[in-house]
Amino acid sequence: MNKEILNGDLLDEQTTLSLGELCLACSSHAEWIIELVDEGIIEPIGKSQRQWQFSSVCLQRAYTAMRLQRDLEINLAGIALALNLLDEIDSLRMRLNRHEGNT
Amino acid sequence: MDFKDYYKIMGVKQDASQDEIKRAYRKLARKYHPDVSKESDAEERFKEVGEAYEVLKDPEKRVAYDQLGSNWQAGQDFHPPPDWDAGFEFNGGGYTAGDSAAYSDFFSSLFGQGFESAQGARGRSGGFHARGEDHHAKVLIDLEDAYQGATRSITLQSPVTDQHGRVSTKKRTLNVKIPKGVKQGQRIRLSGQGSPGMGEGKSGDLYLEIDFNPHSFYKVEGRDVYLELPITPWEAALGASIKVPTPAGSVDMKIPAGTTTGRKLRLKGRGIPGKQAGDLYVVPQITLPPADSDAAKELYRKMEQELAYNPRSKLGV
Repeated sequence: MNKEILNGDLLDEQTTLSLGELCLACSSHAEWIIELVDEGIIEPIGKSQRQWQFSSVCLQRAYTAMRLQRDLEINLAGIALALNLLDEIDSLRMRLNRHEGNT
Repeated sequence: MDFKDYYKIMGVKQDASQDEIKRAYRKLARKYHPDVSKESDAEERFKEVGEAYEVLKDPEKRVAYDQLGSNWQAGQDFHPPPDWDAGFEFNGGGYTAGDSAAYSDFFSSLFGQGFESAQGARGRSGGFHARGEDHHAKVLIDLEDAYQGATRSITLQSPVTDQHGRVSTKKRTLNVKIPKGVKQGQRIRLSGQGSPGMGEGKSGDLYLEIDFNPHSFYKVEGRDVYLELPITPWEAALGASIKVPTPAGSVDMKIPAGTTTGRKLRLKGRGIPGKQAGDLYVVPQITLPPADSDAAKELYRKMEQELAYNPRSKLGV
């Protein structure tokens, strides 16, 4: 068995993905990623498409969008709505979790 | 191999129309989609429903499946009868969802053949180079690992197609360094650990999503960590210096006099470390000592007599 310990890149606010890398990570075309940006589902840093950089959050959202579209055949406006609602549920769940305590 | 009752999985009757099956699938797919559902078995259920739909939505597969007879019970040990599929042709239409490794052995034994030969034919086209696909996986760590960093060994199963076009799953284990300061949902990219490329194409990357095991007393929100801390009434009333656990070891903390339940006390920078380290919030919970001895009862009575305290004064009673 391989005993080597792999060191990866941690994607955070500093380490970002280019448009090309995000396409590969989601197995999608650049056109589709651009549609996500146009719909406001993900927000890159940088003015022109050549300079676009995507954070870890963008990767997560794009990847979820890809699965929602593939599995549930939701269109992009629906995905944008679903993602916003899921975010809201997540933050409410977190608050609930904090207030429920451990009793 | 266990028999699978696809009608039961879809929650429809055996004589359900194609439209009813489609509606049932849509409903269940939305309910169990792993990105939407928080149920622990969501992914498994989603795959099961997908597999059932794959068979029932296709009239040809459905007739063939029905032909197996209704005597089978879900979970019963199953072997397909010889020549059960005589007269049916699944070629090309075997799998349509592409992710063949996700389907059960039961499905593969019935409908797998056509797919495998179709894949093989595609795989043989020569002189083609392409970068391998990127893969995604989750890795579970403890909160303490985010404070100290850790090495995790993860086992991945990926489908591989051999030269005859047969699909099987291959296991591989990777040892991965989890850097200090990771947050829930953050991803680590491992270059070249995805699918191998075709021809001279490079391998894809592997993206690991960080997920925390639930902790018995810490709650995590981004880089901030919350701890409910039980304190005594006298510590709350008079103030005290007490020992508080943190994922990086215990620290001494001052509880100010007059502390009330639910108030947040911040230990700056004691959350998950990083360039902008998170904070640890201590939320005091005042607990009452039980009145289980004469001496304790006497103390409570004395408080009742000597402290003129009405906690309900704001309620007008």
